[in-house]
Amino acid sequence: MNFWQVCLEAFRAMSMNRLRAGLTMLGIIIGVGAVVLMLAIGESVREDINRRIDTMGSNVMVILPGSSTSNGVRAGRGAAQTLTLSDSAALAQLPVFSKVAPIVQQPFQVASGANNWNATVYGVGQEYFDIKDWSTDKGSLFGDVEMRSVSRVAVVGSTVAANLFGESDPIGQTIRIRSRPFEIIGVLATKGSDLGGGDQDDAIFIPLSTARQQLIRSWTPGSIQYILAQAASAEQVQDAVYDSTELLRTRHRIREEQEDDFTVRDLASIAEAAQGIATALTLLLGAIGSISLLVGGIGIMNIMLVSVTERTREIGIRMALGAKRRDVLLQFLTEAIVICVCGGAIGVLIAYLGSVAISKFSPMEVGISTSGIIIAFSFSALIGIFFGFYPAKRAAGLKPVEALRYE
Amino acid sequence: MSPETSAPYPKLAEKNARGPLIALTDIRKSYFNGDLETPVLHGVNVTIKHGEFVAIMGQSGSGKSTLMNILGCLDTPTTGSYILDGREVEKLSDNELAQVRNETIGFVFQGFNLLKRMPLVDNVALPLLYAGVSMAEARKRAALKLTQTGLGDFLKRLPNQISGGQQQRVAISRALVCEPALILADEPTGNLDTTTSVEIMNLFTRLNEEQGMSILIVTHEPDVAKYAKRLVRLKDGYVTYDGPMADAHL
Repeated sequence: MNFWQVCLEAFRAMSMNRLRAGLTMLGIIIGVGAVVLMLAIGESVREDINRRIDTMGSNVMVILPGSSTSNGVRAGRGAAQTLTLSDSAALAQLPVFSKVAPIVQQPFQVASGANNWNATVYGVGQEYFDIKDWSTDKGSLFGDVEMRSVSRVAVVGSTVAANLFGESDPIGQTIRIRSRPFEIIGVLATKGSDLGGGDQDDAIFIPLSTARQQLIRSWTPGSIQYILAQAASAEQVQDAVYDSTELLRTRHRIREEQEDDFTVRDLASIAEAAQGIATALTLLLGAIGSISLLVGGIGIMNIMLVSVTERTREIGIRMALGAKRRDVLLQFLTEAIVICVCGGAIGVLIAYLGSVAISKFSPMEVGISTSGIIIAFSFSALIGIFFGFYPAKRAAGLKPVEALRYE
Repeated sequence: MSPETSAPYPKLAEKNARGPLIALTDIRKSYFNGDLETPVLHGVNVTIKHGEFVAIMGQSGSGKSTLMNILGCLDTPTTGSYILDGREVEKLSDNELAQVRNETIGFVFQGFNLLKRMPLVDNVALPLLYAGVSMAEARKRAALKLTQTGLGDFLKRLPNQISGGQQQRVAISRALVCEPALILADEPTGNLDTTTSVEIMNLFTRLNEEQGMSILIVTHEPDVAKYAKRLVRLKDGYVTYDGPMADAHL
């Protein structure tokens, strides 16, 4: 018997008992559907996290003022204004850093014409945009010239632009921050949410010099709120954390036994942790799906065993007509595989419909990957072989004379 | 009537010159239940030539079913030698036995034993598929066989859509489709009424006389056995008569 004849036989056997074949298949359908959909959800979570990580810029660390704990009393971030422009300048001298961006920030009610909107205003230099790998959609960024001349210019995020100006072009328009007019010279490309879920486009950027002198005053001369720094390469991130800690301890005259009055946070390690969580989530979801696939496989085995017993006489007849043990084995194995592969195909289809539904009715974007389909498909065929083999072996091991006599 | 009367077929003489179809020498068969041995056949010696029409008779418990299973290569004797068409059966592997059943023997059973979900044409084609013939060719040959047996109009029907006599004719077509050396029929009329039984037995007689087909029938009914030309009578595992039907006392 060739492959197609065996398949035809298998389909014929299935069509004999449609309800049973359907119910058996249902186990595989649910199993494969669950695996494919769960993996797709896990994958989409991971992609989402990766996308957010990408918006942070690569090899980035953030240096925050105020120690995590101070003599047992925890102070909030920015409670102490311990970082200064000269700290930032000193850090920029370290060879491990390629870019260092000092930052001040504060939320303001901003207005343009009749519209107003609450957004965070950042005072930054050009390095900030370099580190974040952020460019404008329209207009241009400010540079050293605006910085030196303390210009009242602003670059706005897309959320701010949409809320203040709607459809009209913001370039050249004026916004008022604490009654001071700023001219918009650029609109940034949309970046989306960060790892914490905050909207990075709900922001207004002005030159650091302008911000420090006219908007965000401080008691400490030259103080800034935090520093964003980029290591020269991924390998130098750890060195950069160490070198910057050493440098700042020296500059702040912190004694050996004293705690840091600043925190260096390596965003890459945060990103790694987030990716680890996403991977664990994918594995967990995959494991849940796999369990239902396993249960489906056991269902196959169960039904195949019943089927072999029920068709003992048929097996005897086939053997009398010249079926070799291999033929009988192949027949029952093929039946199990056909059930599994058909169930797998329907399962993939259902998972696809599920992913479309999730994408439509939830904020998550779930896409079924080709590799996921192939894996689920070959997995279901494997389940068929694995759980079909024992019943098929039993059928093939029957003695012709006993099988023929079976009532 | 001696077996030689069926020799207008030069092929048969040729085949018989090479050796008999069946040679059973001291066949013994016992069933074991733990240490308990139940002997069923006590040394059966029978030789059957190509082209013979033989009936094996016996009461139930005489061992005729066991002998039939051994002859059909469905079971193996405990001791003794069985040569079928020149092959020593006890030396064959499982696969070779399957091949012998496929190529050399055509089975006809009491309960017809058709596969109920298959159209008649596919039932008849099945042995050809196991012989490695392609599906299209097997169906063609099966259809031809069914037409020859007068069932050409029922090719696509399922076994339960035709009468018992017709089902047995399908089974005979299936037995013939691989052009076997031997038809082995086990109570072929057991499930049929008298009229249909006569039809089926006439069909066997025609196959034997017109085509020189070797036929072996196992039965306990004298009315059926009398169609054969030679009788082998079994009693309690011993052969008590082996000779021409005409001389037997049925």
